[in-house]
Amino acid sequence: MPGHHIIVGGGLAGLTAAMKLAEHGEQVDLFSIVPVKRSHSVCAQGGINGAVNTKGEGDSPMIHFDDTIYGGDFLAHQPPVKAMCEAAPAIIYLFDRMGVMFNRTPEGLLDFRRFGGTKHHRTAFAGATTGQQLLYALDEQVRRYEAAGQVRKFEGWEMLSIVQDESGSCRGIVAIDTRSLEMRAFPADTTMVATGGPGLVYGRSTQSLVCTGSAVSACYQAGATYANGEMVQVHPTAMQGEDKNRLISESIRGEGGRIWTYRDGKPWYFLEDMYPAYGNLVPRDIATRAIHKVVFEMKLGVDGNPVVYLDVSHLDPAELQRKVAGVLEIYEKFAGQDPRKVPMKIFPAAHYSMGGLWVDYSQQTNIPGLFAAGECDFQYHGANRLGANSLLSCIHAGIIAAAPMIGYAKSQKSAASSQIYDQELARQRESFDKLFKMSGPENAFAVWREMGEIMTENVTVVRYNDKLKATDNKLLEFKERWGRIGLNDKSKWANEEVLFVRQLWNMIELARPITLGALNRNESRGAHYKPDFPERDDANFMKTTMAAWSSDGPRFSWEPVDVSLIKPRPRRYDIEKSAA
Amino acid sequence: MPEKTQVLRIKRQETPNSAPYYEEFEVPYLPHHNVVSMLMEIRRNPVTRQGKRVAPVTFNANCLEEVCGACTMVINGRVRQACSQLANGLNGPATVEPMTKFPVVRDLWVDRSKMFDYLKKAQAWIPIDGTYDLGPGPRVAPDVQQFGYLFSRCMTCGCCLEACPQINSHSKFMGASVIGQVYLMSQHPTGKMNLDERLEAMMGEGGVADCGNAQNCVEVCPKDIPLTTAIASVGRQTTIKWLRDLFMK
Repeated sequence: MPGHHIIVGGGLAGLTAAMKLAEHGEQVDLFSIVPVKRSHSVCAQGGINGAVNTKGEGDSPMIHFDDTIYGGDFLAHQPPVKAMCEAAPAIIYLFDRMGVMFNRTPEGLLDFRRFGGTKHHRTAFAGATTGQQLLYALDEQVRRYEAAGQVRKFEGWEMLSIVQDESGSCRGIVAIDTRSLEMRAFPADTTMVATGGPGLVYGRSTQSLVCTGSAVSACYQAGATYANGEMVQVHPTAMQGEDKNRLISESIRGEGGRIWTYRDGKPWYFLEDMYPAYGNLVPRDIATRAIHKVVFEMKLGVDGNPVVYLDVSHLDPAELQRKVAGVLEIYEKFAGQDPRKVPMKIFPAAHYSMGGLWVDYSQQTNIPGLFAAGECDFQYHGANRLGANSLLSCIHAGIIAAAPMIGYAKSQKSAASSQIYDQELARQRESFDKLFKMSGPENAFAVWREMGEIMTENVTVVRYNDKLKATDNKLLEFKERWGRIGLNDKSKWANEEVLFVRQLWNMIELARPITLGALNRNESRGAHYKPDFPERDDANFMKTTMAAWSSDGPRFSWEPVDVSLIKPRPRRYDIEKSAA
Repeated sequence: MPEKTQVLRIKRQETPNSAPYYEEFEVPYLPHHNVVSMLMEIRRNPVTRQGKRVAPVTFNANCLEEVCGACTMVINGRVRQACSQLANGLNGPATVEPMTKFPVVRDLWVDRSKMFDYLKKAQAWIPIDGTYDLGPGPRVAPDVQQFGYLFSRCMTCGCCLEACPQINSHSKFMGASVIGQVYLMSQHPTGKMNLDERLEAMMGEGGVADCGNAQNCVEVCPKDIPLTTAIASVGRQTTIKWLRDLFMK
């Protein structure tokens, strides 16, 4: 008998897992708040890494592996990263076969471009909408299985919680139809969360509006360990907006874009100056800190504002059109200026969580039967993710999770008692009844905005322990204020506000391991930078932060990092890696 | 309120079967505001221009970068993504309405699931042998890739259906978007192999023959996809297939 699996989230990781499971004849229920084709994966622009080595540069999966571990500042367990880099070329070929319109060389082969943190042309790309193109290819393959009856889609449904049996194992989920607000329990042999990052914890980030981290937070509150929460990537180049910060892809620099500001009345290409070996293609954490320093310490922001220039006006317009038109169009549409003629004004913005649910090497969380894949797992990027490794890690995790999920389903001898589903459903119904009675003076969306501002100010580029402590106190205050929220919308139909109030609580819960994880880590590593502890401290902190939820706040423990394959060494980008 | 404000006249509807009505909101004007960020402003303070506290306006939005297609609405009579409609392009009070060719869920949220059903009907996928490692895909000439890429950016947003005069309550026409995807698959070396099955769907009810050649689709497509090229090509291919089927049977 085929196993029965639930996948929550229809981005790259979730769709990949769904496709793999269906290919093995398994039955999949796929849940997504938005139609899967509108998932956040569409926002990934630049490309997907794989050492296919078509440029005669001597690239190899082992160099890709070393770049990724080094780029992540030796916080990622090495064996799974090695497996990912080894799998990467075949993953790119698979998507090529699925019809992705990857850019081509004159000979009709896959073209590759450069990205940050490497010296090799290793990034396959489809214009500058690579995430969208990969997602659509998966969407098509999953639709094929949907038409064959192997995948059931629940689009417009939101996961509320996992259902656990007496032993604590996950036996399915409770979800809500965002239209009718009908709640149902869905049994399954295994459950995978593939719900992406928690960008909205920072209010405005580069992430889409569904990226609240709410489902992950629900798993964390049910006992799943949240690992390395403090490792949040701030992307150096984004446009600041009222509703979100729009990403301007690293591929712009990969294709020759330069970052500069005025110093003494003349353009100063500060990344090229500070990091001659990598120049504009230093990893994101390095570029972000440099911009931060130039703007805030040296007070050299353009026109005194917190922005610097990202310039492509010197590059060939036809080449730009072929390779990065999608990104330039976004800038043009939202800034009203043509970046081919005028340099773009950019500033760093919260972008990606390297941290996430702790998983073992088969993508299973510490809750038996509950798997995680994609940005919501912690596995592949250590303390800083290299550009174009995220699409890869999403797909790779989705692929490798399938076999253990099938194995786990086979090992399930008996169905869970119906009682556990009834109980969880009753608990969720009761909690919604309470939400509908909320009648205080606070507005949920306004509280969210305030929280985002505080998190962005204190838990991003530069971190100080006193401010982190103050931020956690603020989060406790937000919990109190949450209780004073008044619901403006009492409708029992398609009520986005009531759903958001619940998501907001989950965001506050998740913000705590992020903030306190940062407070505990008294060193600087990758994206995590404390001026009071400016050096990496392998003796004390080369370990994974593990947060377990409790009613009194997160409880922390630490796990050693598996560095059995590449010996940790200092990370420098001002000189060649071989010399470091 | 600051000196400059933006007025939004929003068409609202509480449930799929209730009567629609309009409500006016006034939000502070910021040059980088767009229609979605103004709707977010309303969520933080859901009070109409007349001072009445109401339920916040329900709307779909996700990526806010015009790549997901979620926030498609009719703004001042023209269908488009709300996120890329900047406040400084509105010039005066703006009317914001849900699309009319899809059932309203609530307020500005419409149900576009029929478009995904069309993709299923057209078998718009490349039927690969399996996901295991079978080496690279077929070689593709750069110009074929460049032209195909124009079509592969289709977000299934529904603008082309909204603008099409052939799509109404008594027509089954599937619209330009799915024809564009059939065309895209016909360009790909592997996709070509199953062209016949896709053309079959295009020859059936609601297929390419229902196009009235108004060419509105190509006018409103936010990604400038050459949809009329696809319609012409798929139309031609279905004719050839029809003749072939007639004589080869």
